Parts: sequence; structure tokens; C-alpha cells
Amino acid sequence: MNFDFSDEQKQMRDEARKFLSEQCPPKAVRAVLDGKAAYDKSLWKGLAEMGFLGVAIPEKFGGAGAGHLELCVIAEEMGRALAPVPFSSTVYLAAEAILIAGSDAQKQKWLPKIASGEAIGTLALFEGKGNPSPKAIKLTANGGALNGVKKPVPDGAIADFAVVAARTGSGSRESDISLFIVDLKAEGVEVKELTNIDPTRGQAEITFKDAKAEPLGAAGEGWGVITQVLDRAAVLMAFEQVGGADRALEMGRDYALDRIAFGRPIGSFQAVKHMLADMYVSATLARSNSYYGAWALSTNAGELPEAAAAARISATQAFQHCAKNNIQVHGGMGFTWEFDCHMYYRRANAVAVGLGSLSYWEDALIDRMRKKNAA
Amino acid sequence: MNFDDTPQEAEFRQVARQWVEANAPKEFEAELSKSSLGRIRLAKHDMVEVGKAWQKKKAEGGWACLHWPKEYGGRGATPIERVIWQQEEGVYGKLTQPFQIGEGMCGPTVMAWGSEDAKRRYLPKLASGEEIWCQLFSEPSAGSDVAGLRTRAEKQGDNWVVNGQKIWTSGAHYSDYGLLIARTDPNVPKHKGLTMFFLDMKSKGVEVRPIKQANGMQEFNEVYFTDVVIPDSQRLGNVGDGWNVSLTTLMNERMSIGSRLATGVPEMFEFCSNLMLEDGLAIDDPAVRSKLASWAVKSNGLKYTSYRAISALSKGERPGPENSIGKLVSGMMLQDIAAYAMDLQGAAGSLTGMSEETVHGQFQQMLLSSPSMRIAGGTDEILRNIIAERVLGLPGDIRVDKDVPYNKIPTKGR
Repeated sequence: MNFDFSDEQKQMRDEARKFLSEQCPPKAVRAVLDGKAAYDKSLWKGLAEMGFLGVAIPEKFGGAGAGHLELCVIAEEMGRALAPVPFSSTVYLAAEAILIAGSDAQKQKWLPKIASGEAIGTLALFEGKGNPSPKAIKLTANGGALNGVKKPVPDGAIADFAVVAARTGSGSRESDISLFIVDLKAEGVEVKELTNIDPTRGQAEITFKDAKAEPLGAAGEGWGVITQVLDRAAVLMAFEQVGGADRALEMGRDYALDRIAFGRPIGSFQAVKHMLADMYVSATLARSNSYYGAWALSTNAGELPEAAAAARISATQAFQHCAKNNIQVHGGMGFTWEFDCHMYYRRANAVAVGLGSLSYWEDALIDRMRKKNAA
Repeated sequence: MNFDDTPQEAEFRQVARQWVEANAPKEFEAELSKSSLGRIRLAKHDMVEVGKAWQKKKAEGGWACLHWPKEYGGRGATPIERVIWQQEEGVYGKLTQPFQIGEGMCGPTVMAWGSEDAKRRYLPKLASGEEIWCQLFSEPSAGSDVAGLRTRAEKQGDNWVVNGQKIWTSGAHYSDYGLLIARTDPNVPKHKGLTMFFLDMKSKGVEVRPIKQANGMQEFNEVYFTDVVIPDSQRLGNVGDGWNVSLTTLMNERMSIGSRLATGVPEMFEFCSNLMLEDGLAIDDPAVRSKLASWAVKSNGLKYTSYRAISALSKGERPGPENSIGKLVSGMMLQDIAAYAMDLQGAAGSLTGMSEETVHGQFQQMLLSSPSMRIAGGTDEILRNIIAERVLGLPGDIRVDKDVPYNKIPTKGR
């Protein structure tokens, strides 16, 4: 059994960690948090130069042609560093949608631009509150023109293009949904930035008024692609969450060692120790579930839907748990703007709902386990 | 990343599988497969006798304590080979329950601290199941704080005379030998006045009494010592070094990798898939699904955590500390699952026995037994301390009795 990343993959993780600790210190995250920039442009450029943006994109489309396991280790480091760049929307959502459903010409057009950092992409799926569902999609596509409103769209205000889920049929079945690629700089597209709990990764409202769109994949097969994209993104995002959870746990541990109260380090009190031990338990369970997700993703195994849901749930719980209790370990200082704890708390709770909420994925997991048991 | 054996592992697995196929007591397969939660019971046979027969056969075939050196009854197998063997032994591994304390704790302690003569005399018979060992550490007033134990051993000539009481001793009533830690000097701080021994459980003055547990069962014992004589040749380690010796034993207790702890999740999933509530199947209820999903990912998380440890063994590396979370997670989960299953059963949830409404009282039994999972082999709180101190590097607790002579430590709270 070799249920671990290879030495080369671990080396890539170390490289990513080193690069991000230099190029993405908390100060860089704060610049975006404080609204000084919409995202960290120089970091984005650096990530492209390191080959991280196209790590899972085949060489013939301008990528490094490595694979999803390599992307997982990079995702973990991106989460750990809270990188304030549109990585997840461009790489996990847009690029994966094009890889799954794009024509050769579409891949040729967009993937090299993603790998080189020239194009920021996203997935425009949601229309207000609620979870992923074909019924929730009201935006229509008629004769290649889109009409409707999408929100929230992750990184929508800085994206160059979006993969948009639109209604092409009259019912609320999965087969009534199709996907389109839309140039967000084109006519008929209106983008409005929204405020959200994690300003280091923006959200937007995008209004389409007879916007020109190009079909992505066959008509009526959009929902199947969305489901696959969400499963892949769930695994990749789980690695970001695992990275964030680990860092929040470390911050709490370090503070508990340094901070003296009642004449001793607070980390010597069992109330604090046990809280940190429980954080370690969550983080460990999440990492192991995510590894299984990584295996399923990288081998395109039939287990991917179940593995992705499990990784998503476990990693969401762990990051929320660790980020929340990291503040608790810090006490009053943890509630200041100056300390970094709130940046992890914000990110943990924003990504917890980003791909659909915990209850959505819990529901999905049970359905998928039942399907497997019945088979 | 893959779940495959290396060629050598595959070859070893093949040999193990063929041997199990040819030698296992198949007549017990159905009974052993039945439940992962309930105790193992064989309707018409004595568990210990059946276990001894299987263990003996294994020893003859070279499959008992296979990670031990050959001269002490093992096979000299690698850690990963041991894991593969456990996987191939499968349900028959449940028959080895009476030997687990000996194999997992007493044997390694004798191996580390015993004389060459003692090792050659005792270890092969322990491995083959001919002689069963138990562990005599816990006392009524020394559980988590086992170094606070009171049982006294006093030197008289070449012998030691032991008086006191041990508790929670699994298998004491069918054990041949016991690993005993006792206080040899009450005038020094508690950790410094302990010494380790082993003794013949048939010695004069040893009395074994079963404990009636909170769940109504009797699986553990109290062991009383009245002027029990132990020769000095049965001392392990130096006089006063018993605490250090005991760490060998306890480290081995927490090292078992690849042994899956029961979580209750498969049983709960099946239960919810079949339980009809007023509005339909329980598994279609959003609240039930949410809880079930959370438990399932914990259970999966433990499974894949152990796969990570097995992978490390396969590469010849030392597994990381991740495996320390197993009992902490599964113990709490069993208790929570049992209570929730009963909640779903409503007013009938308190019924036990062969009641149809409560699927033969499966979860009721789990509820009553689960508190022990959170206590035995390290309480949840001790396990959290271990994770906090050894994995996260947090400071140890302030120990007010650390430098106090044992006989000056208060013995009552109020």
C-alpha cells in the first residue's frame, strides 16, 4: 500500500510552501483584506511563473502536464497561506470545466491563458441563496444569448471569462441545463462587486443582458458537467481547507506555548490542551479523508463522488473548528484586527459555503453511499 | 498513490492467505463474522479453548507473534508483514483475544527487560498460546495516575512478598502468568519507588474475583495479593525502575496499527436504512442524514488514517503520531450513535432483549457498554493530554506530588 504522496510531490509541496512564505506573507493577504487591491497581482504572476497555475493542465495546452495529485499539494499550501488570488475559481472550477467539457479549440483558446496567468476564469452557477440544483437556475440561453443574474460568483469582479450554467429547456430537469463560456469584458455583461465575510477572495453579482455566449459541451448535458466539476473542486478545496486548518492549529499551539497567565504557559492548562488536541483530531481526520479524495480524483475512480463528498465534509468541519478555536486560544488578542486569527476564521467560513453548504454535501454523501450499498 | 501491495508484500499475502485457507477453523466463521460490536461468544464452545487451539496451530505454522524473533517463538516478520497477516487472518483474529495482552504488552516487556533465560523459557509459550499472560497495573485508587499505586512488594531474603489489590485485569481467571508493578519503596516520590515483576498466577495468596460491570457483564477481574511470594529472579529491570519498565508496556498498548476499532457506523447506516418513521425511512430525514454523514466521515477518516500508517510501514518508515486519535474518536462515536439510535426508536428505545422494535437491543447494549471504551486503555482525557504533549509539544501538567515522598501524598479529597 502506498497511500501517500510521492517524494517528488512532497518536494513540490515544499517548493510551494517556500515560495508562498516569501511571496505571500500575512502582510500580502492584508493588503487585499484592507481593500488596497482586488487581488495580489504579483503573486498571481509568480504562481504562473512557478508553473502552479497549469500544473494539472496538459502540456499541449500550455500546462505542466503533471496531474491532480500535484495540484492537491499546491492547493494545501495555497490554503495554508490564505493566498489572496483567484486560484480556486480559475483552476478548480473554470479550468476543470473546460478540461471536462471543452472542445479542442476551446481548450486551445483558454487553457494556455490560464496556465500563463493571462486569464482569470470562474464558474457562474448560483442565483442567490440555496445550494447547487438544476431547479435554482433561472438564467436563460436563447440562440447563444444569455439573460439573467448570477450571484455570488467567486472572483467574478476580476475574472476575464466565466463558465455559466443556463437553462436551455423548459422544465426543471437536469437535462434542461447547459453550459456556456462568456467573455466577461464583452457587451451585455454587467459586473458588480459584492461585499463578503472574506474580502481576500471576492464575490460578485453578474447581470447578463443578451450577452453573447459560446456553448461548452453538448446542450442539455450541463448539469452532469457541473456535478463533476463540483466533485473535483470539492477535493481540491478540501486540500486548501486542510492547509488552513493545520496553520490555524499551529498558530493556536504557538500562542499557547508563548502566552503566560496565572504564572504558567496557557498551553499547560488542560482546558487549552484538550481544545488543541481536539483540533488536531479534526485536522487529521480531514487530511486522511482528503488523501482518499486525492486518490479518487487522480485515478478518476468510480469512488470519486463519495470520496469527494467525504473530503468536503471532513475538511469543512476541520477548518471551521480549528479557525474558531484558534481565536478562542488567543483570547482577547484573537479578536483584534491586528492578529491574523480572523483571516483564517473568515476564510474557513466563506469556503464552507462556497461550493454548496455542509448540509448539501452531507445529503450528497448519504445518497452516494446508498447508491454504492445498493449496487 | 495506490492501495496495491509491493511484489514482496503480494507474495507474502499469498502465502498467508493459502495458509489461513488451509488451516482456519471454518466451523466458527459464521459466528465470528456476525457482530463487530457485541462481544465474541461461541454458542457451544469455550472461547479460550478454541482460541488456544488456533493459536497453537498458528505457532506451528510460524504465524504466531510473527513480528517477534524466531528464537522467541516468532517469525522475524517486518511490521508490514504483521499488518498483512492480520488482514488475512480476518475474523479468526477475534479468536486471539485472550492472548492480546500477552502478545501486545507483557511479551514486549519481557523481551526488553527479561534475562535471556526468562525470554527463552516464557516467550515461546506465550506466543503459542500455551501460557496466557495478564497485566496487573491498575488499582482502585490508581487508574490514570497508575504511578500512585499502593500494592506493596517487600524484600525478604531472595524473595519479594506482595500484598495489595489490582483491578480491571482482563483474563486474570484464565491466565498463567501476570506482569505486576508494585511499590517497593514508599519513602521516595511515587515514580521512583516502583518495581516490575512477573509471577505465576497460581501462586499461593493470589485470589481472582470477577467484577460485575455497569453493563451487567463480567469481563474483568479484581486480583487480591496476600503474602504472595515472588522470587527475585522474576524481577524485570532494577529495583525502583518499574515506572521506566512500564513505559515499554504502555507504549506497546498504543502502537497497534491496522486493528480497526468498532465505530458503530455500518450498524447505524443499516439501521437507518430500514427504520420506518412516521414520514418515511429514517435515512430520508435531513436531520438523520446530517448526523449519519458526520459519523461516516469520521469513520472513514480513521480508516484512511490507518492506511497512511500502513503505507509508512510498507516503506520501512516509522508511522507518524496520527494513529493516536483512533480510540478517542471511536469511543465517543459509539456512545453518541447508540444514544441517537435509541432516540429514533422513541418510547421503545429503552427496551432490551429480543424486542423487535429495538433490533434485538443492539444499540441498547452498545449504550451500556460504550462508557468503558472511553476509559479503558487511557481515558479520553489522558489521550488528549498525550496528543497535546507528545504530538503538539505542549508542556506537561504541573505535578504537585512530583517531589513528595509517596507516603506523604494525600489519599483523600475531603
